Amino acid sequence: MTWYLRPAGEVLLAIAAAPLAAPLFAGWIAQCRAWMQNRSAPPLIQPYRMLHKLFQKEVALATDASFLFRVTPYVLFATMVLAAAIIPTVATGLPFAQVADAIALIGLFATARVFMALAAMDVGTAFGTLGARREMMIGFLAEPALLMVLFNTFLLSGSTALPRLVETYRAHPSLIEPSLLFAAVAFLMVLLAENARIPIDNPATHLELTMIHEAMLLEYSARHLALMEWAASLKLFNYACIGFALFLPWGIATRATSNGLGLVIAVASLAGKLIVAGAALALIETLSAKLRIFRAPEYLATAFILAVLGLLVHLLLGGQA
Amino acid sequence: MAHTSHLLAQLLDLFAAGLLLLSFAMLSERRTQRLVTLFAWQGAVLFASTLLVAYSAALREVYYSAALTLILKVIVLPWILHRLIRRLGAEWDSELLVNVPVTMLLGLGLVIFAFGLAQPISTLAATITRNTLGIALAVILLAFLMMITRRKAVTQVIGFLAMENGLFFAATSATYGMPMVIELGIALDVLVGVLILGVFFFQIREQFDSLDLHHLETLKED
Repeated sequence: MTWYLRPAGEVLLAIAAAPLAAPLFAGWIAQCRAWMQNRSAPPLIQPYRMLHKLFQKEVALATDASFLFRVTPYVLFATMVLAAAIIPTVATGLPFAQVADAIALIGLFATARVFMALAAMDVGTAFGTLGARREMMIGFLAEPALLMVLFNTFLLSGSTALPRLVETYRAHPSLIEPSLLFAAVAFLMVLLAENARIPIDNPATHLELTMIHEAMLLEYSARHLALMEWAASLKLFNYACIGFALFLPWGIATRATSNGLGLVIAVASLAGKLIVAGAALALIETLSAKLRIFRAPEYLATAFILAVLGLLVHLLLGGQA
Repeated sequence: MAHTSHLLAQLLDLFAAGLLLLSFAMLSERRTQRLVTLFAWQGAVLFASTLLVAYSAALREVYYSAALTLILKVIVLPWILHRLIRRLGAEWDSELLVNVPVTMLLGLGLVIFAFGLAQPISTLAATITRNTLGIALAVILLAFLMMITRRKAVTQVIGFLAMENGLFFAATSATYGMPMVIELGIALDVLVGVLILGVFFFQIREQFDSLDLHHLETLKED
């Protein structure tokens, strides 16, 4: 009778927990950044207040806005939530992960990107189009780099499913894999580029000429904007969780430890990792300057080549061990 | 015991990969001062890996050469280079002859070449570090590439020093290091070389008002 209750509960947990936690992570990064830059920090729950405020406002639509423009925020939010349900954030026994592997995950992110770019072009403002074009340029350079990073880890586990990867790590805790060093650096570079963080884009910019992500949101208001912002913070959260699953899988509950205590440990370790990762991201953003947009291909080509190097190093060092 | 040596070998592989990563970071770095910092990091990783080799082989000589690495490559040389760069006012972008993505692709080709070259040699070696010979070779070739693609005198010297790092790593990984006398000689050579090249920098700048080496290609004024 209860055979379906447990997976349903897990899915609900994955779908509900990630969107609730994601703004908190964004708020934590903003707070760390403010501290490191000697500003007074906004409260941790500022993103929630922002969302609350936006949801109460009245939507103002451009006269030329089509169906696509109105539906995009929902599509974006839905894909990000679905992605969160695939990534092994606290446990590997995810019901969705059996049908969707990491390549499907990249497909989900690509879907979101295409919808966002189309919606930005839909209204026909100059800035929207500009942002959409820049976003697509960065996307098409970042995607192969991300795929190469994932191939690095697929070689280790022999499978394209993220949960299998985590379980492989947990089965060999003393494994040190040099190729992952390259993959981790490449992944960090892709994460910064894909989430509109500082070397590529400034999430807090108000200068239109340097905008990428923000330029696409200019025409959105109220609940649509709220969903877009929420989806953006969820995307960052998802990328962070992919990073943890690929490179720091300690504490994630496997099939063997998927009981009450295991889950508590998993949630606690996830919180710890998010706190450290948020502070590290804020540090990177504080220390580095935004690149000129024409340097972005160079930056992403570096990420791609590092990931390929990881594969080479794996073949040389790991092949004989 | 077998478990410990396995762990040591894995750690050494990790340090070797770190060296290669730093070589690529140097290849893509535009600012001269950051280049020196990366060079110091390379020295630090080299020190750690040499220490590990010394521990696993229980050789006192290798400990000495690790200490030499720490003093010379992590502290003294970066300090001299930083001072030189500040006095020359050469902190800013160093001129690249080839753009960064192409340089990185060339570097990738060099890595494949080095790995292929080292494969038959490393099967003959009996040390626990034999896998890393290919990486050491790659580090040497990448430093070569850096010297070729840079135009400024300071970055060429850093490339030369990075090449020496690669040679040192090759020596420790293939044969547990060179005899102490040779190692001391090389260390002295490198130190004196950097000091003399430092004097050269000032001479070049005085003659041509710049550190760009293509001025040296014409032998006399037209």
